Amino acid sequence: MFITKSINTFGSYLMLMGKVFARPERMRSFFKQYTKEMSQLGVDSIGIVLLISFFIGAVICIQIKLNIQTPWMPRFVTGYTTREIMLLEFSSSIMCLILAGKVGSNIASELGTMRVTQQIDALEIMGVNSANFLILPKIAALVTMIPFLVTFSIAAGIIGAYATGWFANVINPEDLTYGLQYSFTEWFVWCGIIKSLFFAFIIASVSSFYGYTVEGGSIEVGKSSTNAVVHSSILILFSDLILTQLLTE
Amino acid sequence: MIQIESIHKSFEGKEVLKGISSTFENGITNLIIGQSGSGKTVLMKCIVGLLLPEEGHILYDGRDFVSMKKKERKLLRREMGMIFQSAALFDSMSVLENVMFPLDMFSGYTYRDRVRRAQFCLDRVNLIDAQDKYPGEISGGMQKRVAIARAIALNPKYLFCDEPNSGLDPKTSLVIDDLIHSITEEYNMTTIINTHDMNSVMGIGDKISFIFEGHKEWEGTKNDVFTSTNERLNNFIFASDLLRKVKDVEVGNIEG
Ligand SMILES: Nc1ncnc2c1ncn2[C@@H]1O[C@H](COP(=O)(O)OP(=O)(O)OP(=O)(O)O)[C@@H](O)[C@H]1O
Ligand SMILES: [Mg+2]
Repeated sequence: MFITKSINTFGSYLMLMGKVFARPERMRSFFKQYTKEMSQLGVDSIGIVLLISFFIGAVICIQIKLNIQTPWMPRFVTGYTTREIMLLEFSSSIMCLILAGKVGSNIASELGTMRVTQQIDALEIMGVNSANFLILPKIAALVTMIPFLVTFSIAAGIIGAYATGWFANVINPEDLTYGLQYSFTEWFVWCGIIKSLFFAFIIASVSSFYGYTVEGGSIEVGKSSTNAVVHSSILILFSDLILTQLLTE
Repeated sequence: MIQIESIHKSFEGKEVLKGISSTFENGITNLIIGQSGSGKTVLMKCIVGLLLPEEGHILYDGRDFVSMKKKERKLLRREMGMIFQSAALFDSMSVLENVMFPLDMFSGYTYRDRVRRAQFCLDRVNLIDAQDKYPGEISGGMQKRVAIARAIALNPKYLFCDEPNSGLDPKTSLVIDDLIHSITEEYNMTTIINTHDMNSVMGIGDKISFIFEGHKEWEGTKNDVFTSTNERLNNFIFASDLLRKVKDVEVGNIEG
């Protein structure tokens, strides 16, 4: 029962994506929607990304310095670990989980409301491919913006770590700098960015799917927004497992 | 002119439309009436292609819509305008942008011509002053009028209205009805209106199809309504005491 339902859902998801990936009717309106979505989904998320990354960077630094590092460990441990945690997992995967909550629910409730108030039907009647018109700019915009968000997140995390040194004397800033630069692998930054591209696609497409296929009224719109967040989070975690294996082998 | 032939549609085994055939002429307002749940909205969605009927033919001036290729169907869609029960304006756009939207997507006009055309349509529904407002800032009746303006922006041949005056006061309803009626005559459109508003039936019922439990029970003009002996139609239309009295007077007038 559960399996047939999942296969059904996956099938409808693929069919919707088939409609989404078509040449836009009018390039002019596509770019208009695309810039609008970049600002709504990407630029409007910068604040929360900076805020959370800053604090997580600081907290990781404090935790490691106070609870893990002991005097006989090398002095680079704290900076090194903080950097690797931010690069490898936090700034890509965990940040995308957070964005799944913010952006995913936004997308699903917007499309769901458009569906139940017949705005999507109105587009279809005019002969517009509504899935392409509404969803493609969202996917494209989030995939474009996510590398910037990842980069901002890494930077904010590192500033957070320094803040513990500057303002709370938790760590000596020179030690931190030494640790942060210790045995740096550039590839890890790319890993984070590559992973985040997949996650951005998952967030935008899965949330759009749940919003676009709502049937009923406001209760269903609410449910679809919950479904969007839950399912994109699960898919992000699952694909994180696979991508991490593939990219760091 | 739109012809429909034995349209069947069921949902999960429940037959909602049981073979409906009819002809909707251009230049007049064709009304579809019937009780709540009789299948009016489903019929209209089948005609415009939002739902696919299991059986039957839908001919737009002789062109079969059901068996048409996707591309042709898309082109035919540009000749249709529809006004939804909930107006269905795009909330993220201003009134003017809403009316301009079909022009932006499908006309080859320059920006200035598109604005001019949209303003002309808004003027036609007397809403030129509200062009910079957003749908959330105007009343339900105004939203319906904007929806009319948007539906006629591309000069459609076919206009569909699903309960254009549900939730409106009687006076605003009359304004909307008159607007749809005069636009239909002016542009010689084929207009189909779903309604259960008796004022509309008496006012603009050039041709009325009465749907009862998924089949066409009766068909005629607004004058035929008074002389009809169909019991189900009489029970539906003359449900209230007031309307029964009106009928007695009208029948007296016709006979006398
Ligand atoms: N998507 C659907 N799935 C299942 N049943 C449906 C669906 N749409 C409509 N129905 C059923 O079809 C029947 C006719 O519905 P329809 O919306 O056409 O009624 P209506 O005549 O437009 O009523 P109203 O005047 O209240 O708008 C109803 O019994 C409804 O339950
Ligand atoms: Mg209805």
